Amino acid sequence: MKTVLRAPIGAAVPRDRAKRLLAGRGRFVDDIHLPRMVHMAFVRSPHAHARIAGIDTSAAATMPGVIRIVTAADLAAVVSPWRPTHNRFPTMAAPEQSALATDTARFQGEAVAAVVASTRAQAEDACEAIIVDWEPLEQVGDLASALAVDAPRIHKEMASNLAFESEVATGDAEVALARADVVIERTFRFHRHTGVSLETRGILADYDPSEQRLTVHQSHQTPHQQQDLYARLLGLPEHKVRVVCPDVGGAFGLKHHLYPDELAACAAAVLLGRPVKFIADRLESFLSDIHCRDHEVHARMGFANDGTIVGLAIEDRFNAGAYGQYPRSSIAEGNQITRLTGAPYRMAHYNAKLKMAFLNRGVLGHIRAVGHPIAAAVAEALIDLGARKLNCDALALRRQNYLADADFPLTSAGGVAFEKLSFMQCLDKALSLVDVDQVRREQADLRAKGIHRGIGFNTFVELTAIGPEYYGEGGQHISAQETCLLRMEASGQVRIHIGTTDQGQGIDTGIQQVVAGVLGIPLDDIEVISGDSALSPMGGGSWGSRGAALGGEVAMQAARTLRTNLLSMAGFLLQKSANDLDVIDGVVVDTVRGSRHMTVAELAKIGHFRPYTLPPDLPSDLTVTARYGSRDRMFLAGNGIQVAIVDVDIRTGFVQPVRHLVVHDCGRVLNPLLVREQIRGGVVQGIGTALYEEFRYADNGALLNASFADYLVPMAGEMPDIEVAHIETPTETSELGAKGAGEAGLAGAVGAILNAVNDALAPIGVFMTEVPLTPPRILAAIDRAQMDASKV
Amino acid sequence: MSDDTPIVLTVNGEAVRARVPARLNLADFLRQDLGLTGTHVGCEHGVCGACTVLVDGKLARGCLMLAIQCDGACIETIEGADASGRLAKLQQAFHRRNALQCGFCTPAMLLTAAELLRGNPKPTREEVRDWISGNFCRCTGYQSIVDAVMEAAS
Repeated sequence: MKTVLRAPIGAAVPRDRAKRLLAGRGRFVDDIHLPRMVHMAFVRSPHAHARIAGIDTSAAATMPGVIRIVTAADLAAVVSPWRPTHNRFPTMAAPEQSALATDTARFQGEAVAAVVASTRAQAEDACEAIIVDWEPLEQVGDLASALAVDAPRIHKEMASNLAFESEVATGDAEVALARADVVIERTFRFHRHTGVSLETRGILADYDPSEQRLTVHQSHQTPHQQQDLYARLLGLPEHKVRVVCPDVGGAFGLKHHLYPDELAACAAAVLLGRPVKFIADRLESFLSDIHCRDHEVHARMGFANDGTIVGLAIEDRFNAGAYGQYPRSSIAEGNQITRLTGAPYRMAHYNAKLKMAFLNRGVLGHIRAVGHPIAAAVAEALIDLGARKLNCDALALRRQNYLADADFPLTSAGGVAFEKLSFMQCLDKALSLVDVDQVRREQADLRAKGIHRGIGFNTFVELTAIGPEYYGEGGQHISAQETCLLRMEASGQVRIHIGTTDQGQGIDTGIQQVVAGVLGIPLDDIEVISGDSALSPMGGGSWGSRGAALGGEVAMQAARTLRTNLLSMAGFLLQKSANDLDVIDGVVVDTVRGSRHMTVAELAKIGHFRPYTLPPDLPSDLTVTARYGSRDRMFLAGNGIQVAIVDVDIRTGFVQPVRHLVVHDCGRVLNPLLVREQIRGGVVQGIGTALYEEFRYADNGALLNASFADYLVPMAGEMPDIEVAHIETPTETSELGAKGAGEAGLAGAVGAILNAVNDALAPIGVFMTEVPLTPPRILAAIDRAQMDASKV
Repeated sequence: MSDDTPIVLTVNGEAVRARVPARLNLADFLRQDLGLTGTHVGCEHGVCGACTVLVDGKLARGCLMLAIQCDGACIETIEGADASGRLAKLQQAFHRRNALQCGFCTPAMLLTAAELLRGNPKPTREEVRDWISGNFCRCTGYQSIVDAVMEAAS
């Protein structure tokens, strides 16, 4: 039977949790203070690559407040090292890493020793007094040097620094490109940056040796994954390990991994038998949080004279940093690029090659919209160039080549299953909101005044709600399914226990809405309990836009069971057919006769305290569970288009976003307010990627801009207002029909800005391919173009 | 410790006496010594704005002031401003507009926005954007915050 999905499902409901945060009553990990708590600080490598010849802790050990100093040798007794293998990529190198570096530091910021002291300040003081005998080694900072024949090897166990190579092929792209009438060829560079959550990483680990009980409070996205990892790496019984994620001050993918320093804090708690807190400072965050991007993509797109895309070949060269990210490995960003580039288009011939290397840089891995912004930006820039070469309209060229309704379902040239996407509909909607002719007129008028305005379009695919096959087959203990436990209290109010987590995106509210809608009880009578590995059923947490699609669906199923039980109880008590009954606003209603009967609270009281009044075989459980996981699909694909309008000041190279529009399709929208704000937040992160965010390194591998004064992030003054519209193409793989929505903003914004800047600069012969589009890069490109023009 | 310095100040209307090490900054003092954890620490170098509080009625970065500098001062944090009810209109508008996601920047954002409205009850959107441009928010993209401040001002 199809579940009736009624309000508040789909309503723009604000979040309960927000009230607490607005009152300054949030509970972030650093707000938690436990009896006997001590603080941990780390000695980190100042070198990008160096041998650790010795560590002298004698002076530090006598300093005020110092309780314990640990090095790798001290931790070896209580915590195991790990290797980030992925069995779907069996040839990928997965060198060993441990909580503290043993004999070699392989990136600046790698932790090599730690001090536990009464206060954080005392721990930091003692860190300064630890003397590490560093023997600097030649460092490798870029891919070409890393893959050179005589390159210094970062991991002695490997024959070279090449971590992985792969190829995705459909048809024969080389033959197609050879036969193409027009081939556009460019090399794009996307520099390294990170996620920059405002709350840094942090952990408070408490160990009780009498029960072998480890209780961890952590700013993290995936409590059950951490429970499993801590149990296995520390050799503890899993049911005695509890990971609680309190309020999390931003995550964006950087908080769903194992970090060596956080594991070291757990190990120190085990060694000391008391609570150990570690809160990263901002410098530590920049150095040791997971980084992202750092790709060079060489791409060739071939067109026939009539505009048909005949083939696409790309080569993505990137790096994992010094180690693979654990437990997921660092392969996904490159893998997504090889799977998604050109994905919105009919593509008979496609080839994507990937090379991943190790470098002496921080570990690179999964940050929001893994690979997506690069895949979309590359293809959409090539389309714009193709249109120029073919002398046709770039939007018409997109429309001509888009996958259309009749093409679905299909497996894309990159090997991703697309159920049904709405590229045409999204473009139509965008064009109903942006008058391109008007923009072109304004552009011409402004150009006469010396202002270079540009408009850029970027069509994107958004892969969400990954299925269990990816990590299941990969060998990682990462749940891609969800279980929901609903418990109705005697008051008729409901607690939802679920494995998805809420870092501010609002999935708790979305799930609350689903349960309220299906059960027919007020939202205020429902609370979500999430982010606690002991209280929530085993689940995957929140990452990769999985909350609505998996958490929403399983909550709907559990609510449907609870509803069935309530109606069967009411049917028996009222001597009516349960089929004639409904619950509306917490009251049982006879929908045939229109009569109102008992409240849900009355039913709940009977269920809990007078169960003997019901037949024993009557379905009347008031605590119910449901389990949901997809089968036979890797992702739920969504899609959208973004339109950016920017002004480029060609004297300063400064880019000012003027207007930004997103048309997005994530299937059924559970809460338009929260989805819209997710998109806007993602767009602004994408504008940061496109214009500002980049790690810069000295020749010796030292990070030069590890502070907010030097690493630019988008602030309110420069950001545009962002219009968001939706097309709804619900997935038919679930009843709820929701797909994920967290990647879209970032996935589409980078290419939209890139194309807008290139549109603005087209009259002066500049085409930018290096992101971020900083003023120096833009001015240099303008200079080059002017020099080239003067030579002609 | 013997080199700690005695200070006397008012925090959220309550008299506070404490002995503080010279290097303790105001944000850490509020959080660790007084348990006022609504003041957040994001960068400890005065850029992100998360530790913003009011010192003698003026916005100040809690990480750029030492606790001993606050001897004799009057401090207001989010806890005090919330309890006084003076932020209610802004808080309601932030809630309605979802002008916060993770909520880590939010207490400072509210205090900062309230100061704008105190001096400029009818700001333009550009003035709001300009005023809050020293407060980093990684989640919202700022538009909903601007909307909420405009709503509270209307």
